[in-house]
Amino acid sequence: MSLTLVWVMKMRISTFWFTVKQGIKNIFRNKMFSLASVATMGACIFMFGLFFAVVTNFNSMLKEAEKGVAVAVYFNKDITNEQINTIGNDIKKRPEVSKVEYISADDAWEYVKENYFEGRKELIAAFEGDNPVANSMHYEIYLNDVEMQDALVTYIQNMDGVRNVKKSEQVANTLAEFNRLATYISGAIIFILLAVSIFLISNTVTVGISVRREEIGIMKLIGATDYLVRAPFIFEGMIIGLIGAAIPLVLIYFLYDWIIAFVASKFNFIGAMLNFIPTTQLFGQLIPISLIMGVGIGLVGSYFTVRKHLRV
Amino acid sequence: MITLEHVSKAYTAGIPALNDVSLHIDKGEFVFIVGDSGSGKSTLIKLLLKELDPTEGVITVNGRNVNKIRRRQIPKFRRKIGVVFQDYRLLKDRNVYDNVAFAQKVIGESNKHIKKRVPVMLSMVGLAPKYKSFPDQMSGGEQQRVAIARALINEPEILLADEPTGNLDNNNTWEIMKLLEEINNRGTTVVVVTHNLEIVKVMKKRVITIKRGTIVSDTRMGDENAN
Repeated sequence: MSLTLVWVMKMRISTFWFTVKQGIKNIFRNKMFSLASVATMGACIFMFGLFFAVVTNFNSMLKEAEKGVAVAVYFNKDITNEQINTIGNDIKKRPEVSKVEYISADDAWEYVKENYFEGRKELIAAFEGDNPVANSMHYEIYLNDVEMQDALVTYIQNMDGVRNVKKSEQVANTLAEFNRLATYISGAIIFILLAVSIFLISNTVTVGISVRREEIGIMKLIGATDYLVRAPFIFEGMIIGLIGAAIPLVLIYFLYDWIIAFVASKFNFIGAMLNFIPTTQLFGQLIPISLIMGVGIGLVGSYFTVRKHLRV
Repeated sequence: MITLEHVSKAYTAGIPALNDVSLHIDKGEFVFIVGDSGSGKSTLIKLLLKELDPTEGVITVNGRNVNKIRRRQIPKFRRKIGVVFQDYRLLKDRNVYDNVAFAQKVIGESNKHIKKRVPVMLSMVGLAPKYKSFPDQMSGGEQQRVAIARALINEPEILLADEPTGNLDNNNTWEIMKLLEEINNRGTTVVVVTHNLEIVKVMKKRVITIKRGTIVSDTRMGDENAN
């Protein structure tokens, strides 16, 4: 983009519009190739958009799920309330910790009564005045990022007064694995799509240059500067990129709402677990990223092609 | 205006296209460069436009040492030289007006200026009524006039014409030659490369003859004392 800006600054306004118009004319003169480029770019951005929507939603759901993953910290028998407070304060200071909840022995007994002894009043009565889980007061620690769980557990295990640390290892590891896998796969696919798009734009611009060899020759003889000869092709690439990015965005915009509604109606048993990102929030990120990608791919694809084929 | 000092140009090892050529053309002159095909005439034009660099020697055009012009400076240098070719080299998808206006757009002239200037040039070459025609709808002579209008619209000091009448019939040939003479009378230096000896004889201008890359004669027709 900065290159284009330098060009624009060097050119008069009329010359700038002249080159933009030439770029647009190139697209129409070279209809079939332009169409193929727009279609491929559209397909790439469409797939990127879908992946982006899936990965962003997946990440957001993971974050939600991560909130429910807790580490439980149990204390030595002879621990004082003061020591418990100190441990709690130290843990709260850790950046990966989002929330620390203290569960007293009474809270734990209440939990056991509700969940395991429900309706068995005789059992509850037998323990009256003698809390059977008297040593089970603990902290429940919730994390910002499940990947940091191991580091936190090691830290807590080395603290004075800590008897045991229970971590939800499996859940944490599975979520972190999923997260990483999703990022790698989407990264790889986006990289391949970028390469294909750049190649196609470059091909279209190469064809455009060969079709206009004569005109370019005349321009050079008349005294056209490098900028003027090259700029239309760069604009051609950028415009193809822009159109190629805009079309799939519109498609995805309507598809996204439809898919959410579809998933919610057909899979309502998991629907409650799935918290989709609202369309406006998703597109707030997707629109600028896709448009910049489209124009950027167009710029890169055409710029290097023009440099290679148009030694003025 | 144009000076060549001991200029040679060899494309590959072997016989050079131009061999130790020295000549001087003054401002406002009308010069024919004649020779058979392969004699080195077109190489000379390409050297003057800095499409090629000489293997040896120094070329000066409009007071500038062409050898020392940097790549980035070439466009500005070429704006002082108008050029027309045997095959006209018009843009077939554009009409007469746009073909001529193209030369002005290329150098960044404003649309206002272009709208004033193009009709003047088209009147000068006698094509004002045909400004909407496309090259394919015109005769060879008319197309060459459009090419001349395009070459002159940026007011170059030199007009180079490489076989401008090569594709034209007799009538059109003479009309183009008359037009070139008129342009020369207005002060533009005109260099015409041709192998049509008939027009050279009739026009009675300075004639430089090249044979196998060497100048073999430099005379003014009708002036036997000149060298």
